[in-house]
Formats: sequence, structure tokens, C-alpha cells
Amino acid sequence: MTMKILDPTDERKPIKRELTSRPEHISGVVGLLDISKPRGNVLLNRLEQLFDERLPGVEIRRYTKPTFTKPAPEDLRRKISEECGFVIEALAD
Amino acid sequence: MSTKTRLPSFSLHDMQGGNYDFPNGKTSLLCFVKEDCPTCQLSLPLIEIIQKTFSSVVEVLLIGQDHAGNISMIETHQLATSLLNDDALKVSFEYDLDTVPTIFLTDSVGNALMQFIGFGKQDWIDLIQKLSDITGIPVPAIQWDSYPESHPGCGSRSVEPGIAERLEAESSGSPLRARQIDIATHDDVHEFLFDQGLTDGLPVIPPTPERVLRMIKGSHRDAQEIVADIPPNLAPATVEKIAINAVMAGCKPDYLPVVITAVEAMCTDEFNIHGVSATTMGGTPAVIINGPIREKIEMNSGLGALGAGHRANATIGRAIRLVLRNIGGAKTGGTERSTLASPSKYTLAFAEREERSPWEPYHVQHGFDQTESVVTLFAVTGGPSLVVDQNSRTPEQITGSIAMVMESIPHPRARGDQDILLVLCPEHLDTITKHGWSKQNFLDEIQKATLKPLRNLLADEHSGVGASLAEFGKKGPDEKDLERLVPKFASTSNIHLVVAGSDAGKFTSVFQGWATGPRGSMVVSRKIEG
Repeated sequence: MTMKILDPTDERKPIKRELTSRPEHISGVVGLLDISKPRGNVLLNRLEQLFDERLPGVEIRRYTKPTFTKPAPEDLRRKISEECGFVIEALAD
Repeated sequence: MSTKTRLPSFSLHDMQGGNYDFPNGKTSLLCFVKEDCPTCQLSLPLIEIIQKTFSSVVEVLLIGQDHAGNISMIETHQLATSLLNDDALKVSFEYDLDTVPTIFLTDSVGNALMQFIGFGKQDWIDLIQKLSDITGIPVPAIQWDSYPESHPGCGSRSVEPGIAERLEAESSGSPLRARQIDIATHDDVHEFLFDQGLTDGLPVIPPTPERVLRMIKGSHRDAQEIVADIPPNLAPATVEKIAINAVMAGCKPDYLPVVITAVEAMCTDEFNIHGVSATTMGGTPAVIINGPIREKIEMNSGLGALGAGHRANATIGRAIRLVLRNIGGAKTGGTERSTLASPSKYTLAFAEREERSPWEPYHVQHGFDQTESVVTLFAVTGGPSLVVDQNSRTPEQITGSIAMVMESIPHPRARGDQDILLVLCPEHLDTITKHGWSKQNFLDEIQKATLKPLRNLLADEHSGVGASLAEFGKKGPDEKDLERLVPKFASTSNIHLVVAGSDAGKFTSVFQGWATGPRGSMVVSRKIEG
């Protein structure tokens, strides 16, 4: 006799997400997202400097999450996706 | 079930495999019996007489509740009456039987004309008279002197413990909606649950429909009521889903209202369980219970309150962790990303020992009535750290010792942005209160004892933690800045004090919080509503 149990999960089968294919060249707008962790700005400042040196045609825009402890607000995510072709999110400490 | 109600239709087989439908267009007598019931045995000869007398007009259906017993009844009484097999008890459950024998007389379309339970001589005399009236067949001669006036019936098998829940879970009116998982005969249910990633690393109680149904009945809420959306998946947690995880954790049904309230509190924006779970610092809710429910569910607030050995403490804390893991999808290595974490991530729940303290309990301090039962959630990232002080004899001394340990958490130079949970043991409490100090007196003294001049709190070559000179601009801090006294806690309201532990022993415990305020986790208290 089989035993029956009830599913303790949310019953949503996880969908495997594929990474977006990586382009050959970087162009247009690159967003740098500071998640508000200490010293995240140090890393992003350095990255911005390197972009300026190596890819002067690329426009850099800076964004900041209100707090690293919570997901980025919906408005901020929409703004980044509308304005940028690329985004780099900095984790630091 | 009152008379003149339409009885549920059914289809059953007799012991030879013949099919019987009810209703079938004839006046019918339904007699629910079980073999090991003396009152059913007493009634069977009367049912046989009715069958022999009225069977040309009335369909007499005996309905037996267990297979082997049915065979035995046929042999013992040489029954001419059809004995239908309700071994699965579906019909008995559908008829909401408490007692056997239960007798129904119905008209041709299944409306109840008469019913009784157990044995009553007058009931049978009335029934036979009524059958005679309906059919025009004379009342048969019966030796009524050999029958007692009355005899109570026995419990129907359909209400026996364990069976009743199974029948309800399988019935069309079942409140259960969760997906059922069949564990194959040769599979080990415990290994299956481990393999599916549904446990916290320790075995769980398999959440069978019967167990979940019993658990759901521990709360007055509807099984499909959504209690909260559980991060990170923001999946809706129904009472049923929480009950499934509470079964797995080992909870009793009485604990369910506490677990539900804790889940509600955990999923508020103020508590911010997503951040608490995800932080590399390693956070988890400490569940603190106040009010009368502590006694009802036997929460431990005394000896070993923070440790193992008490079911309510162990399983309530574990249940909310399983809710997070299984419903919310917060799994270690997924969004749970603690560098080290702590054993508290398995479970951490205890009660305040309110009766041992002259001070108002935690929930009363925070605006609840003494008679209300309340769950408080505190985001713990470390501890318990012990304050070991067996020597202090004055309130000032013991307060000083506790302040010194509190000051070291999470770092002696850390200031301001944190809550702390202080679990004060009775012996230390007695020393603090012996000259009448109030709780606020004590908290104020902690604040005073942990004041430090900024000079002592600067980051330096010994440790990078502390105030940075850069905060004071190019000029740096002046002498006045350096002498300024900085409190350990933003205010005494950041110190969350409860009393717990045994009468013997001078060991107070301190739990470290996470970042507090709107950007971190704030302590949340909720009334338990049943």
C-alpha cells in the first residue's frame, strides 16, 4: 500500500532560467548599481574609471538601492531596465 | 439527522458481490451494525424477523462495518437479510454515524421516516407497527419479554481515532487542497523527504492527510485562508500549508495558532524575514511567547528554557523555519547565505517566566493585556552569550556585569544601530530587584554603564571597527568631540528584556540582533487569535 503525504511546498515547479547570451562588444549605457553596502562605492568608482579609460564611448549611469537588506524597489528596477543595456551590481564590505 | 430529511444515496456490495443501490424505489430499512457490538447482536434477530415478514414490500439492508465481522455475523445468525459491506466506512461516514446500531426507515425515494440508535424495545415495537401500517401486513408475533427495555449502542467504527480523520481527508467535503504525493510501497518515506530537500537536515514527521487534518483543527481559521506571502518566492502560505509544515516539525494541533501568528509576524515589512534569512551575518527569528497560552501548550520558560527537551519550544521554532524553507523557498546556499549561521536556525522558541518576575511581562510592557497571548519575534544573529556572574550582590554590580557583556556584542566599539535580547535569569533578577528597582530603572542603568567617550570608540591600529576620524572632516575631532559620551544603544527600547530560566544559577543570556530600524529588522509582537 502506498503512503500519501501532502506537498509542503508552494507547488511551483522551478523554471530553469537561461542566462541572456553575452554580446561581443559593450556599447550604449552601462548601469552601475550600488546596493548601499559599505565600500560598494569604492568598487564602482574604480570600475567607472576603468570604463572611461578603456571604453570612452560607453555612457555610465549610477544607481543606488535604498538598502542592501531588501530587494531593489520595483521603480528602480524598471528605470534601470529602460535606461541601460548592461548593469553591474556591486557587492562589497 | 432529523426525520423527513433526504438520506445520502449510496451503492454497496453484499458479501457475495451483489450490488445494491439506495434508494431503489422501495420502502427501505437501513440498519448499520458492527460485529463486536453486543447491542447490534441483540438487534439482529429482530431485523431478521422484519426481513421475513415484510421483504415482499420493504427492502431491508444490513450494513456491516468490517469484513471479517460481517462474515461472522452471517454465520452466527444464519442471516437471510442482505449484509452490505461498508468495510471502507465511506457510507457510515457519509451518514455521520456516531453509534451502532443506527436504524433508518425511509420512503421509496430515500426520505427518512423514522430513525433511532442503540436498542430501545419501544423503538422496535413502534417501527414494526409502522411497517405494518405502511404495508398492510400484520405485526408478527415476537417474544418481547426476552428483550431488555433498552441497551446503549457502541461507537461506530467511522468515528474511531485515526479512522475518522482518514475518512474526512478522503471525503468530498475535505478541507485539504494541497497536492498529494504518493510514496511507493518500496520507498522509504523519510529518505524520500530528505531526497526532495524538504527537511532541515533532521528527520520530519511525514505529513499524511490524517495528521494534517488533525493539525488544521487546532486553529479556528479556514484551511484555505492565506496567512502571509512567504519570501523569497512570495508564495502564499495557507493555513493548510502551514499545518503541513507544522506536522513535519512535530507540532501538536494546539500549537498551530502560535505557529500561524509567528508566520504572520515574520512576514511583516517591519520584521523583514527576507533580509534576516539572506544576510551573510546569519539571522533567524527567536520566537518569544507571553500570556496564558504558555501553560496551555506547556511552553518551557524555566529550567533549560533555551535548550532541548520540550516539544512546544522545539517544534514551534522549527515549524516556522520549515515554512520559510518549504513554502518560501529559502534554502541554504540559495537565498539563505549565512557565512556560518548558527544552531538557532533549526529552532529557537521559548516563553517568558512571567510569574517569577515582579516586573510587568514583555507583552504588557508593549501595550498588550496580561490576559492576552502574544508572539514576539526578534531577529537573532548570535548568542546566547552567557553573563557568568556568581559574585555580585548589589543591583549596581550585577547591572555592571550584564552591561559589560552587552557592550561586547557584537563588538565593544559598535554603537547605536542594533537591538539586543536579554534573557534575565531569576537569581540575577532577584539581586537587581531587591531594593525595588523597576525594569526601566535597570535599563537606564545599563545605558549609563555602557556610555563611553568617543575617544575609546575610534577605529585604530588594534581594530578597524569603530568610529572613523574621516567622519570629522579634515580637521578631525576636537577635544570636546573626543570626550562626548556615546551610548551603546540608541535607546532603552532597543533592549528587549524577558525573564526565563530556573531558580538556581546565576547565568543570564544575551542574544545579538541584526541591523534594526526600517533598513533592517524590527521586533514584532502579535496577539495570538486562535
